[in-house]
Amino acid sequence: MAEKDVLIEVKDLKKYFKVGKNAWLKAVDGVDFKIYKGETLGLVGESGCGKTTCGKTVMGLYDATGGQVIFEGTDIHSLNRKEKKEFTKRAQIIFQDPYSSLNPRMTVGDIIGEGIDIHNLYKGEERAEKINELLEMVGLNKEHASRFPHEFSGGQRQRIGIARALAVEPDFIVCDEPISALDVSIQAQVVNLLIELQEKKGLTYLFIAHDLSMVKHISDRVGVMYLGNMVEFAASDELYEHPIHPYTKALMSAIPIPDPDVEHEKKRIPIEGEIPSPINPKPGCRFAARCRYAKDICRQDTPKLVEVRTGHYAACHRAGELNDI
Amino acid sequence: MSEKILEVKDLHVSFRTYAGVSHAVRGVDFYLNKGETLAIVGESGCGKTVTSKAIMGLLAASNTDIKKDGESAILFQGENLLNYGEKQMSQIRGKRISMIFQDPMTSLNPTMKIGDQIMESILIHQKVTKEEARKQALHMLELVKIPNAEERLKQYPFEFSGGMRQRAMIAVALACKPEILIADEPTTALDVTIQAQIMDLIGELQKELEMAVILVTHDLGVVASVADRIQVMYAGKIVERGTVKEIFYESTHPYTRALLNSVPKIHTNNKEVLYSLKGTPPDLINPPEGCSFAPRCEYGMMVCRKKYPEITRFSDSQECSCWLYHPKADTAGLPEGMIRRSVK
Repeated sequence: MAEKDVLIEVKDLKKYFKVGKNAWLKAVDGVDFKIYKGETLGLVGESGCGKTTCGKTVMGLYDATGGQVIFEGTDIHSLNRKEKKEFTKRAQIIFQDPYSSLNPRMTVGDIIGEGIDIHNLYKGEERAEKINELLEMVGLNKEHASRFPHEFSGGQRQRIGIARALAVEPDFIVCDEPISALDVSIQAQVVNLLIELQEKKGLTYLFIAHDLSMVKHISDRVGVMYLGNMVEFAASDELYEHPIHPYTKALMSAIPIPDPDVEHEKKRIPIEGEIPSPINPKPGCRFAARCRYAKDICRQDTPKLVEVRTGHYAACHRAGELNDI
Repeated sequence: MSEKILEVKDLHVSFRTYAGVSHAVRGVDFYLNKGETLAIVGESGCGKTVTSKAIMGLLAASNTDIKKDGESAILFQGENLLNYGEKQMSQIRGKRISMIFQDPMTSLNPTMKIGDQIMESILIHQKVTKEEARKQALHMLELVKIPNAEERLKQYPFEFSGGMRQRAMIAVALACKPEILIADEPTTALDVTIQAQIMDLIGELQKELEMAVILVTHDLGVVASVADRIQVMYAGKIVERGTVKEIFYESTHPYTRALLNSVPKIHTNNKEVLYSLKGTPPDLINPPEGCSFAPRCEYGMMVCRKKYPEITRFSDSQECSCWLYHPKADTAGLPEGMIRRSVK
């Protein structure tokens, strides 16, 4: 098979926030990955692991502290104003909270049309037609264009957010926890819609979520983040069937499965304590303090992502040995 | 035979709002056995939290109407809690029935030290000295596995992480060793690894204190791992109930099946179209006539929109309200295994 086209390449991306004198919150600390055209890359991890910051930095909503985000050959953090505007036409983002991410004083039509106006894509009659088409595409009616966000339910608002992202006909969409705020039956609706749109339009997604079963469902490849580092990266089936990193294993075993027989037989790998503070983290593997396989080397050197099996990367000093456990 | 500790009969709760009267709970019956875990499952707005708050007597009287005549009752060891006044309720609340809430940040008092919050309920309900109460509070914090309990007693909620706050809240709720614990979405705000820790903790304490637990949640995974019995609520009514196995493997109500099917299984193929329910739950200010699920139900019939279905029994524990199980229902063309024979 021919080499797939890389749409976005993230190289050693870093984003630090200054939180005090000599105190840096290292939200994203040296993350590398590639996203191929037409695929969905999932990013999972617990709250505070840096997955949202990573998504926003990839979008250019945050300036990177270090590293590069290469979109079709150019680093998006080195773009000038005009080029940046061009980039925003190609890449869009859907936010987690459908309540706070829509302007309550704008009609749905104007919210969706804002991107069209900024990029001068359509005018007058054509613009209205395009908005209707987008509304229908996401399962709303054209009558909804003149209403305000507060008249809609959470699931409908998330659809409006999706229509807004699609309005400029992007190639790449960052989905930042698009379903976390929704009810189970509505989650399925939104996920089905995202998959359908991807098939129709050949979209590429960076799908960020903490719901591991949903991420597995929608993603081709999945990266697991812990405290600003990528600890494991693999095709989604491979990752869920053969996790290597102790953190991934613990995370997988903690997902409750909606099947009582499976649940009662399942052995949970306990994970002690909670995520340590990302402010001025200690050297060594970030997970070492909670890891039951940690050795001295884990507390001294930060492990690099290494290919343990074909296409399956893990950042763990003991990956080779643990592979067999 | 297990002993019924709580029995709710024909509970109706409605709220007076600007838009009109919203019937949040419309005739709910259930019982709770000693020491068991009963899960109430449903989507937001289905009335599961309102039901649990009604048991605790926590609904504001100023805009709430709870039906008290006729059959309606909340029987706790033979006493009807609906007839209790605020003073009598406060003797029960926190001492014999306790509740933990979804959001540990807003349900702990931010201006009180954690230790004082645990001691508060001990001092109110038990005749002990302050020193004794402090000892008990310390013991509770150790019980919920908070490290450095001695230090933590003197800290404020903001100094705790989310998981720690939920542990502290459990300590407050269990300080007087209640007979019933109502856990309202106790882990929704937490990460999966922390969720696993908290659910394990609740399970351990339940065994130790021989409590009955009402677990209110929308997370079917959590339910599968801890519940003994499940009841599914939709638009203020219980549509189906049964043991864990009956609900997960032999569910009968189309809504229960839809809920179960809309979560991706970890072993299914990727990007397969998930089963998804059309539409949204009904407005409870003007609930539809007949079965409130009918407009979204793919098996909906004419009768469903006219009249609410009777209860059909399948076993001692499983029952369901759906017209599909009526002897005269037209079941031709339904998927195989859809209809279970009812046992009268």
